[in-house]
This record gives sequence, C-alpha cells and structure tokens, in this order.
Amino acid sequence: MSRGPLSASAQPGFDPKSGHASEHAALAPAAAGAGADWVLEGMLTLRSLPRLLPDLDRIGGGQVRLDLSHLSKLDTAGAFALHQLQQRLEREGGALQLEGLSRDHAALIERVAQSIPEPPAPAPSRRSLGDLLDLLGRNVAAAGIFLAELHAMLGMFLARLVWLVRHPSEFRMTALVHHCDQVGWKAVPIVALMSFLIGVVLAFQGAVQLRQFGAEIFVVDLIAISILRELGILLTAIIVAGRTASSFTAAIGSMKMREEIDAMRTLAIDPVVVLFVPRILALLITLPILGMLANFMGLFGGAMMSWIELGISPGMFLARLLDDTGVNHVVVGFVKAPVFAMIIGVIGCHAGMQVGGNAESLGSQTSAAVVRAIFAVIVADALFSIFFAMMDY
Amino acid sequence: MDAAPIIRLRGIRTQFGAQVVHDGLDLDVMQGEVLGVVGGSGTGKSVLLRCIAGLRPPQAGSIEIFGQDALNCSEAQRRAIDQRMGVMFQDGALFSSLTVRENVEVPMRTLPGLDARLRRDLADLKIAMSGLPYVAGDKYPSELSGGMRKRAGLARALALDPEIVFLDEPTAGLDPIGASAFDELINTLSQTLGLTVFLVTHDLDTLHATCDRIAVLAEKRVLYTGTMAEMQRVEHPWVHEYFHGPRARAAVAATERTG
Repeated sequence: MSRGPLSASAQPGFDPKSGHASEHAALAPAAAGAGADWVLEGMLTLRSLPRLLPDLDRIGGGQVRLDLSHLSKLDTAGAFALHQLQQRLEREGGALQLEGLSRDHAALIERVAQSIPEPPAPAPSRRSLGDLLDLLGRNVAAAGIFLAELHAMLGMFLARLVWLVRHPSEFRMTALVHHCDQVGWKAVPIVALMSFLIGVVLAFQGAVQLRQFGAEIFVVDLIAISILRELGILLTAIIVAGRTASSFTAAIGSMKMREEIDAMRTLAIDPVVVLFVPRILALLITLPILGMLANFMGLFGGAMMSWIELGISPGMFLARLLDDTGVNHVVVGFVKAPVFAMIIGVIGCHAGMQVGGNAESLGSQTSAAVVRAIFAVIVADALFSIFFAMMDY
Repeated sequence: MDAAPIIRLRGIRTQFGAQVVHDGLDLDVMQGEVLGVVGGSGTGKSVLLRCIAGLRPPQAGSIEIFGQDALNCSEAQRRAIDQRMGVMFQDGALFSSLTVRENVEVPMRTLPGLDARLRRDLADLKIAMSGLPYVAGDKYPSELSGGMRKRAGLARALALDPEIVFLDEPTAGLDPIGASAFDELINTLSQTLGLTVFLVTHDLDTLHATCDRIAVLAEKRVLYTGTMAEMQRVEHPWVHEYFHGPRARAAVAATERTG
C-alpha cells in the first residue's frame, strides 16, 4: 500500500474554531519483521470510522495480523468494524489476529461480538390478487365498523342524557357552561363576520344579475331565502365543525393518550357523562343560537349592500322581507341546527376516543375529525334539501 | 480516574418564579465514575440534570463540561459538547412517530459520511446492547412496555458512543429482574466503554450495585458526596433515614449476600 498513515491525534482533539471533535485513525502496513501485517493507530470511533472503512476493506488474504497496540481509543462502532472485518476474513477462509490489544479494548470487542443480533429471516412479501381483495374487504369492514361506532356513540349520548334527566344531581352544570362559552360565545365574532360578508356577496352578485331584468327588488328574496334556508346554518355548522370538532378530538384524545379516561373508569366516573354529554349538549344549545346570529348578520350585510348598490333603503328591505318571505324558510333552517350539532359533537368525541398511544395519532385523528364532520354536515344538508323539496315545504 | 473533573458545577442557582430550587450548588463529576444523585422528591434532581444537559440554563453559576465553559460558548461548541453526551429521559422520550431503530439512528444522522447500512447495523447493535430483542427495532414506542421504552431510550442515548450519559430514574417502574439487569448493563457499559454516568435514582439497589460515588441533594445544594460506605456514617437526619431505613437495610443485605 502506497498511502502513508493519516495524521493520528492521540488525544481527543477539539477544534475550538469549528467546535467539532476531531478524531482520526490510520491504517498502515507494518514494517517488515514487526510481528504484524498491519498497524492501526489513532482513535477508532464512530467519527473516524467512515473515513477508515475503505482502508479496512482493502485488508484481505489469509492470515492477517493487525497491530492495535497504538490504538488510543476504541468505541462500540470501532469494535463492531473490527468484528465485521474478522467475520469477513473468516468467510474468505482466512483469520484475523489482533495483536497488542489492551484488556479494556478486548473486553469491549468481546461484549460487542456477543451483542450483535441475528436478524430473523424476513417474511416473504409478495402481493397477490388475494391480498388486494383482502385489503379491500378489510377497508369496507372498517368503514362499516366506523359507522356502527358512530351510532353507538350517539346511542350512548342519548341514553346517558335520559339517565341524567332522572339523576339530575349527576349533571355537570359547570362543565356545560364552560363548553357553551368555548363553543358558542367564543365563536360569535367569526360567525358574525363570516355571515355578514356572505350577505354582502349575495347582494352584490344578485344585484349584478337581477339588474339586467330590472328586477332589483327581488334581491331581497334572494338574500332572505338563501340565508335563512341554507347558508346561515350550513356555514355556521361548517365553521363550528372546524373549530369545535378539532378541539373536542384534541382534548379527549390527549386525555385518552395519558390514560386519564381509563383512570376515570376505574374511579367509577362515566366518561360519557363527564366528557361527552356536556360537550355535545353545549353544541346542541349554542349552534341554533349561532345560526340565528348568522341569519341576522347575513340579512344585515345584504341590506347594507342593497342600499349602497341598488338604492333599496333599509325600510324597504325590511318591508319586502316581512311581506314576501315565509316563516317556513326560517323553520327549515332551524330544524337542521340540532342535527348538525349532534353530527359535529359525536364525530369529534368519537375521533378523540380513537386516539392511540402516540402524538401522531392525535394529530391525524384531529384532522380526520374536522374533515369527517364537515363532510357529514354537507351530506346531511343535501338530504334535508331533498326531503323538504319532496315535502314541498 | 483523572484528577480533573469532567463536569464541574459551581454556585448553581435555579428558580421557578419565586421558588428557589438550587442555591449555591457545587458538584464535581469525575471521568469514568458512576455518580448517583439522590434526594427527596422535589429537591431538583431532574432539574439539575436538565441544567447540565443544557435544557434549562441556571440563573447563576458556572458549568464546565470537558473543561469548557458550557454556559458561555458558541452554539457550535455547545453542539460538540452535546454530541459527547447522551441523555436518557425518565420515560424514554422516544419520538413516537419513528420506530425504535429509527429513533436510535436519529443522532447518527448528524454525523457526516455514515452510510445508511452501517448506521442501521450500529443501531441494531445498540438496541441489542441495551438488552432489547432484534424485533423491537421495528416497533413503535407505543407498542413497547415501559421497561422496553427505557432500554430503547438508553440505546438512543448511547447512539454516538458518548463519554457521559445522564440517566433519569433508569430503574423506576421496572420489575426487580429487569432492574438488576439494567444495573448490570450500566456496570458493563461503564467498564467497557469508560463511560461516565450521571445517575438520578431513588433505587437503593441500583445505588449499591452501580455507583462509585453518591451525591445527596438537600437544602438546595449538594449536601454530601461520597461512597456508599461514607454515606452510612453521615449524621444528617434525612441522609441517615435514607441510608438506614428498612429498604436501605434490605439493599445492603442483598449486596452482601451476592458479594
């Protein structure tokens, strides 16, 4: 070998400029008649190993004697490399003899050699059509189980609610008020602003279209019907689904993760009564109120825009609204609110209970809860639309 | 054992708001020793560990590690110090989204030039040296028992072959067989790797089985340091109660039986 030894520092060098510990090891052919074939000196450690490995790979051919008497430091990575070298030489029909090894280093190599695990044979992984069918079946079954669990959660909630009517002393009033504050009161600004802007957008877009027919005054009907019947409640429910389903899942999920829910069960506290009932009930109470707020703000925004854009005065807007818009539109809107509240609450709480032992499942369940809740709210809204259309109401 | 301490704490003061945890705390850790830190609950054993590990700088005092000022140094120097230390947290503090093997590989990724295959082999080696079966490498932390998580945490702390390891209650919550296996492991590692071990523990058996020296934390500072035999003679009421209580006697008897 033509290459000379690399610079081998005997002390754990430390470069104050770069802040990195510099550790070197060097492999060189031994001098003739030295009683060894190769000399390894310096520090054979995890940090010096990557640079030394190509040199170690070059050692080969029968009986090799390696002089380690100048080795100043050896760690488990170095011991592992020496052991691997030994294994390789033995596979090639040779042997490795370590000369001048200190007692500590010998013990370390021994210890490492004992510890090296033998990986079990990997299982054959071939994907056949059967596996795909199997996977499909599992997914379908999982979806069915998920739906069944949601219904179980809903049933549990209703059953405990009835039970609480008969045992009112068990009811957690403080928790209910707290959750009403969190779910309802704190959502007021965002819901109000959103519905105001929706009213503005509807009035503006409606004005542009209806002006072509000289039918500007119908913008009042457009705004009133679309907000009262659909948008007020639906958009409120979507915002609440984003805010509240995620916070239910995160709160219940982190309690589940830290085994707090198991602790409750062992203390004979029913998590359904303590955790789920106040949360879902708070949603049932506040979502219609938020919906009403959204209706008012939407109409207010629409009236403002109609006044500015079309010159329909607020008084005219109000008169037209009271004369022409049936109360059935308001009823249709509010019938949906408790259903949406139930959907959001049940999905949020259920996802919280699905959280496993790690932080990642908490995150994935939280986002899944929001997506599912919004999706379910929109599906329910579509079903309501079809129902009311067929009822001609 | 070198004369110069590998960790040197002087006048450490830590406090949370108005509550002072340490005040004027001095402590030396010698190279290659296993130092056991004991103290009642709330005396700030774990806080002290976090101070030295750089997670929570003290309000006053100086910390020297490897002869370097660890509080007033550049970020690169601090990183270099950190790479020469390993910390095992109480419940392992493993990254829950990674498998055990990936957890052990995380610190190795900071080293340049280490190829994936060697990294994997070394991670498997560390996992095996911590006393975990090979299959545990593919598992996620949530699939392991508490004792296995501790071992996995140790494997990660040892990933870079550090010179100092900090162990926070390594045997708490382990069954007696697992705990003595852990003691054995600490002994082997400190002997074969020349490891300096900073051990926070309540376990008297562990103190007997592993520690060269014991530091007692009380009254906001290190009250006494010394070997187990010296601790037996200390007059301070709390220390006396600690090392002469019924559990202490049982631990002494057990050590004497096994020699």
